[in-house]
Amino acid sequence: MNKQQSRRGFLECMGWAGTGLVWSVGGGVLSSVSLDQALAAPKASVKPFSFLQVSDSHIGFNKPPNPDARATFREAMAKIKALPEQPAFILHTGDISQLSRDQEFDDADQILKETSMTVFHVPGEHDMLDEGNGAAYLARYGKGSLGDGWYSFDHNGVHFVALINVKELKAGGMGHLGEAQLAWLKQDLAGRSSSTPVVVFTHVPMWTVYADWGWGTDDSAQAMALLGRFGSVTVLNGHIHQVIQKVEGNVAFHTARSTAFPQPAPGQGPSPGPLKVPAGELRAALGVRTVTVTRGTHPLAVVDASLAT
Amino acid sequence: MLQMFLRHTLACGLAGCAAVTLGAAAPASIPMHAMHAPTSMKTAASAPAPGHAAAPEATLVKVVASAPAIVKIGNFTFGPEVLTVAPGTTVTWVNEDDIPHTVAASDKSFRSKVMDTDDRFSMTFAKPGTYEYFCSIHPHMTGKVVVKAP
Repeated sequence: MNKQQSRRGFLECMGWAGTGLVWSVGGGVLSSVSLDQALAAPKASVKPFSFLQVSDSHIGFNKPPNPDARATFREAMAKIKALPEQPAFILHTGDISQLSRDQEFDDADQILKETSMTVFHVPGEHDMLDEGNGAAYLARYGKGSLGDGWYSFDHNGVHFVALINVKELKAGGMGHLGEAQLAWLKQDLAGRSSSTPVVVFTHVPMWTVYADWGWGTDDSAQAMALLGRFGSVTVLNGHIHQVIQKVEGNVAFHTARSTAFPQPAPGQGPSPGPLKVPAGELRAALGVRTVTVTRGTHPLAVVDASLAT
Repeated sequence: MLQMFLRHTLACGLAGCAAVTLGAAAPASIPMHAMHAPTSMKTAASAPAPGHAAAPEATLVKVVASAPAIVKIGNFTFGPEVLTVAPGTTVTWVNEDDIPHTVAASDKSFRSKVMDTDDRFSMTFAKPGTYEYFCSIHPHMTGKVVVKAP
């Protein structure tokens, strides 16, 4: 027990030390943490740009309907490379791997490198399956993060928050953020101008899409309450391998497709297991997402493109 | 950690078989030594299947699990969701889904490694009690092992 605590202490320590790295990667817009500057000219600091979301690559998955999740992930990267304008970075919203194996993470990293773009990760529950219940993920992707892997960064005046909702899940429950992470989120958002556009990215949906299948986050309401005062909040997630969108006030929720296999619509089937579509229809059910930030108060433009197009 | 040892398997198998005998025949009156005798096992094996038992005993047979106590994981559910076994029984979970699952005690007293398709996890329950568990990957999947003397 002591051993575990000291390891956690060490990781937290590393997290604080590494936060600066993420900030510098994010374009060095450190001005947005300064309350004075944020209040002085919040809107002017937002510069148009676009970024990508990929999700649920499940590297290692090889059963119907997809005999090779590596191949379809590679196709997704090729699609990204072929974009006329290269987006600023990629958000991977979890389930990088199928079984948290080193080889799976290695292969995923290798395929992502084909784009030469910076990738920001959050884990899915499939990335928590090593002996250390997520230690392998943290060791590989957790540099610059806090606690179980959460962090934030800014880019062109937009505040990005990476939340972890697949750790220490409770029997009978759904996704879970936990008190420590919520306390950090409160602190992270405090002092930021309400006109700062916020993008939250996480794995499990932050609203209850379908409770019987665990498609929601138990304590998401607490996080959304903290985000409520912001004029533009975009929540991006994966987990359910299909595009579902919902707008609630200033908050837009978007779940993304997988690059590995589709899942049934909520409640449409005996279980949330892989939807076994015919081989010819697989790529139409997989995809990547481009998000474009414009000036002013417009909501972020979210465009989902399937691998078949 | 707990009783996850193969050396328990034989004893459990015997206990499980004896339990069937008890359920189908005369509850509580069989001497202990009879439960562990090889002949008792044979009797159990040739005993009628629970479904064919006479009506009054049927409930009892259902409550007392038969020899190989198996919980099948399929369609994101544990089947049966509640399994009742005699003390000393080894319960084996088999993942028949094409998605990985785990078996994790709600009180953290035991936890399987991740089980891919067709992987198994066994656990021997020595002490009477109710053991609640769930899949730590899909926590809406819950189950229970009730351990009580027949």
